[in-house]
Amino acid sequence: MTTIPKFAAGNADSKPYWEAAQQGRLVFKKCLACGQIQFPPRHLCPKCWSDRSEWVTSAGTGRVYSYSIVRRAPSPAHAGKVPYVLAVVDLDDAPRMVTNIVGEDALGVKIGDAVKVVFEACDGGAIPQFQRALK
Amino acid sequence: MSLRNKAVIVGVGESDIGKMPHMTGLGLNAQAAKRAIDDAGLKVSDIDGLLTAYSFTEPYFMLGTVMAEYLGLKPRFCASMIVGGASPAAMLHHAAMAVAQGQCNTVLVCAGENRATGMTRDEAVAALAAVGHPYFEAPYGASIPALYALIAQRYMHEFGLSREALASVAVMARRHAGLHPNAHMRKPITAADVLNAKPIAEPLTMLDCCLISDAGGAFIVTSPERARDLPCKPAYLLGIGECHTHEHLLCADSLTRFGAVESGRAAYAMAGLGPKDMDLAQLYDCFTIVPIIELEELGFCAQGEGGAFFAAGKTGIHGELPVNTHGGMLSHAHAGAVGGLMGIVEAVRQLRGGLGERQVPNAEVALVHNEGGILSSHCTAILGMQPR
Ligand SMILES: [Zn+2]
Repeated sequence: MTTIPKFAAGNADSKPYWEAAQQGRLVFKKCLACGQIQFPPRHLCPKCWSDRSEWVTSAGTGRVYSYSIVRRAPSPAHAGKVPYVLAVVDLDDAPRMVTNIVGEDALGVKIGDAVKVVFEACDGGAIPQFQRALK
Repeated sequence: MSLRNKAVIVGVGESDIGKMPHMTGLGLNAQAAKRAIDDAGLKVSDIDGLLTAYSFTEPYFMLGTVMAEYLGLKPRFCASMIVGGASPAAMLHHAAMAVAQGQCNTVLVCAGENRATGMTRDEAVAALAAVGHPYFEAPYGASIPALYALIAQRYMHEFGLSREALASVAVMARRHAGLHPNAHMRKPITAADVLNAKPIAEPLTMLDCCLISDAGGAFIVTSPERARDLPCKPAYLLGIGECHTHEHLLCADSLTRFGAVESGRAAYAMAGLGPKDMDLAQLYDCFTIVPIIELEELGFCAQGEGGAFFAAGKTGIHGELPVNTHGGMLSHAHAGAVGGLMGIVEAVRQLRGGLGERQVPNAEVALVHNEGGILSSHCTAILGMQPR
């Protein structure tokens, strides 16, 4: 089972992200000064250094920019999941994420595939994952 | 102040390489350091600066100071630098600055660890997974090979690189390692061997990935003045540049363009030279895709043509641009920060000459590129036998 590290869920910068995930929402920090949507969440905007921001909810749709089918797991926690898909997803309304493509047809993933966020219950809460959108 | 001609490398050394269960990581560093000092014709008491990087098998806090203690040194310039695989070239940069400013006279730079026998393969893989972002990459099982695989896959998609051309990088590395008496893996391989090796993270197989070795390496930086009465031929630092764009892949501006462009440009500008002036290049090759991208970013061929450059054999000892003449991290050695350091050692040896079958003819100027993280931290150095 996927595990969110304990220190991640309690991390002051990213706490609202994980709380929203538990409620089934994908949220990002948006700079109130320049509009930049930052990810990972930070104390200040990495583009203009404004420290004024708000959390916005993403539609959670995007496209696969790249992917790899992982055959050798980096840790025992992931060993039961191989083969699994690691992917870079470009969101339509937010920055790029590194994620898994999950679902029955995950191993058939191709660059350019439309994907949508799903939330996978995991040890420590819920984690955003992506599924290929139905054709 | 430009560092051009202000510092030289006078001694290089590598430890025994492979599986060395009778040695610690610190011991491997010490063995390499002793060989480097002997190579330079220096006395231990000449060393008044020390730089080292990091160790997963012996993760001491203050590793630089620990290394000095282990070696019985009391330097006036000492640190451990951590910019991943870029650390050795970055340490060369910092050592050269220290020497040029008179902070110290002679700096020992060393790195390496007993990664093959000091930890299990699973422990090594797990430790390396920590390079991924702890909250936003690691929970997804983002191993280092998988993160580089994302780059390889996108590159193949955009530029039509064939799997065979990608494999040719590993084949060439192994051919060169066969010419190096101390290389970890010397048995020749074919592109088919690479394609049929154990899959790790598609498109990468085990033979697209660097080795896990026990290895230490060292080089010594001093001033051209100090080098004058030494028996060895000094290699001049002609140019050096760095660029650090991100650490985690998810924060990279692009998956097809990285910081080697900027580090290379800075190094060329300092040296007053360009890619066409380089007689050989020692590129960072933690995975086969990486030297392809570096060849392009450092101006040796156009974007998208790096794979064909390798596949056509242009990187062989007698090719247009010999690359990784010792076998690189894919076949010579890789342990912690030592991979890129061996590129510096080999560049110096090529410039001095006399390597027999492995010798690049008329090698006068060499480029070394180190990168760390996921093509995150870059340092390019240009070395030559003559000041410019
Ligand atoms: Zn801003």
